[in-house]
Amino acid sequence: MRTVKILERILAVIPIMFGVAIVVFLFMRMTPGDPVDIMMGEAGYVSEGEIENLRREFNLDKPLHIQLYLFLADAIRGDLGNSYARRAPVSELIAERLPATIELALGALFVGLVVSVPIGIISAVKQYSAIDRIGMAGAFLGVSMPSFWLGILLMLLFSVRLQWLPVAGRIDYGVELRTVTGMYVLDSILTGNKAALISSLSHLVLPSISLGAAMAATVARILRSSMLEVLRQDYVTLARAKGLVESLVVLKHALRNALIPTITVVGLQVGVLLGGNMIVETVFGWPGLGRLVVQSIFARHFPLVQGAVMVYAFVFVMANLMVDVLYTYLNPKITL
Amino acid sequence: MDTEGKTTAYQQILYPFKLRFQLWGRSGLSFLGELSRQPSALLGGVMVLLFVLMAIFAPQVSPGDAMRGHLREQLIPPVWEEGGNPEFLLGTDVQGRDLLSRIIHGARISLWVGILAVGISASIGTALGAVSGYYRGWVDTIISRFADLLMAFPFLIFAIGMMAFLGPGFTNLLLALTLKCWVVFFRLARGAVMAEKTQEYVEAAKVVGQSNPVIIISEILPNIFHSILVLATLNMGSLIITEASLSFLGLGIQPPTPAWGSMVADGRDYLVTSWWIATLPGLAILALVLSINLFGEGLRDILDPRLKVE
Repeated sequence: MRTVKILERILAVIPIMFGVAIVVFLFMRMTPGDPVDIMMGEAGYVSEGEIENLRREFNLDKPLHIQLYLFLADAIRGDLGNSYARRAPVSELIAERLPATIELALGALFVGLVVSVPIGIISAVKQYSAIDRIGMAGAFLGVSMPSFWLGILLMLLFSVRLQWLPVAGRIDYGVELRTVTGMYVLDSILTGNKAALISSLSHLVLPSISLGAAMAATVARILRSSMLEVLRQDYVTLARAKGLVESLVVLKHALRNALIPTITVVGLQVGVLLGGNMIVETVFGWPGLGRLVVQSIFARHFPLVQGAVMVYAFVFVMANLMVDVLYTYLNPKITL
Repeated sequence: MDTEGKTTAYQQILYPFKLRFQLWGRSGLSFLGELSRQPSALLGGVMVLLFVLMAIFAPQVSPGDAMRGHLREQLIPPVWEEGGNPEFLLGTDVQGRDLLSRIIHGARISLWVGILAVGISASIGTALGAVSGYYRGWVDTIISRFADLLMAFPFLIFAIGMMAFLGPGFTNLLLALTLKCWVVFFRLARGAVMAEKTQEYVEAAKVVGQSNPVIIISEILPNIFHSILVLATLNMGSLIITEASLSFLGLGIQPPTPAWGSMVADGRDYLVTSWWIATLPGLAILALVLSINLFGEGLRDILDPRLKVE
């Protein structure tokens, strides 16, 4: 039964992604002027014939609903169009940058959870203690702080002043690394390359903290409040009355239920990670998808921006789908 | 006949509001009393008020010129650093402009964007949510599906995408922010109206013969207004951060207009030699958003304790 429900849920993603593609298509149409004119402005002198070819390539010579149909048909096949300036398929350019972005997002997720989960639990168990007050004050700061500013502060302190960590990039110049997945930290482990591991990890630290801080703050706050609510419930009192060790009561009985609202927030925070990666990649010169998108916006490479927005939306929708599935395992009472 | 019509309209629509305002007027005092019992919320409220005053009187309180500088006076450090000049308390930027004056003027953009984006989103979202939740049917289906669709985009991605295609500028910025932000108000209002509709007072209003729009506007809306207000305050901070992020990327407010986000971006290239340009405007963002959030959480605890998660 559960499998059927999960499958239904997966199928529901299809119309949403269709809608996303239509919205993105309309985005493109909102641009003042026609995409070819814009590109021509950038490319300098181009002959009439070439402009005609381009119009045909972008299907601009056809009526709007046909354009939409062709756009959707291509998107289903994973064809997000071609980047005129880079003379390569957009999907290829995105795939090339994706490992760096995934690595950063995983780093941020790691920071976000490793910091927030212990703070959230301890703050709830020891409510109004020093740890609770400091942790929640920090979390409050974290939700009120723009990630680009945090990144700049960290860079100023640890890279410029103390010179403990590198300023920008993913790996030191001259460090050899055989690429397997494109995620440098993982690749260094897979190939047993210690020098590359140290170098890539040291590059990953500050961007991950900048990106993960807001998530850590939000998750710590929600976990604390849901733990507080759960800890007051009768079944927790019963578990204590049975004489269970407090750590078992907290971690096994209470945490499991407190995680249910928390996981929803984590899923929504994936959206913050995805958007934030454009910012943090720009701050730290991280050669990922986010930076490519920002550069493409200024270079007016719209097919790439369009494709990337769709990829981001897809990842976000999938992350929330995973949250829904996880839900059913955490709380058997909930059916999708 | 004409006067009769006016009396009815007054009785139907305005009178309940008058009652409500009288109630608010009375509870306004107790609200201030409650606020004073929450030191952090009070502090937040006072800080927000100071920021608003600073923004309104920016030309009067700025010690220098926010737009023009002298190249001779570029990159002067803050007054407490070596080489500081008391004429420029927080130092100057690369064009020799007084940083303090720019930060004071920058409050205008952040507050304007925050207030307008929240105000427009809340109005549209509440109106659509009330209609959806009250009438249900195909209108509700269409708006709700559209809202679900917008939820599939992470906020910042949506805003960045919109700004990429629309181009930078204040109006486009508002458009990009509100086109996504109304959804949270829509969801809240829709759910609240659906719940309120089952209450007895709505039944009573129907029995008395009030029309549906009148019931929505003068019976239901005043009862969900406080929740909307709390949500609006809690959303304002994140909208201000989003605006700052867009301006930081160069997609929001364009130079030379002082916006905190773009000021931080300007300072990035001078991080090694002139740390103050990038860091101090960011401190202003933090201070404003922190104040709004402190005030918002206090407001929530007073007006809408159900939303309080603790």
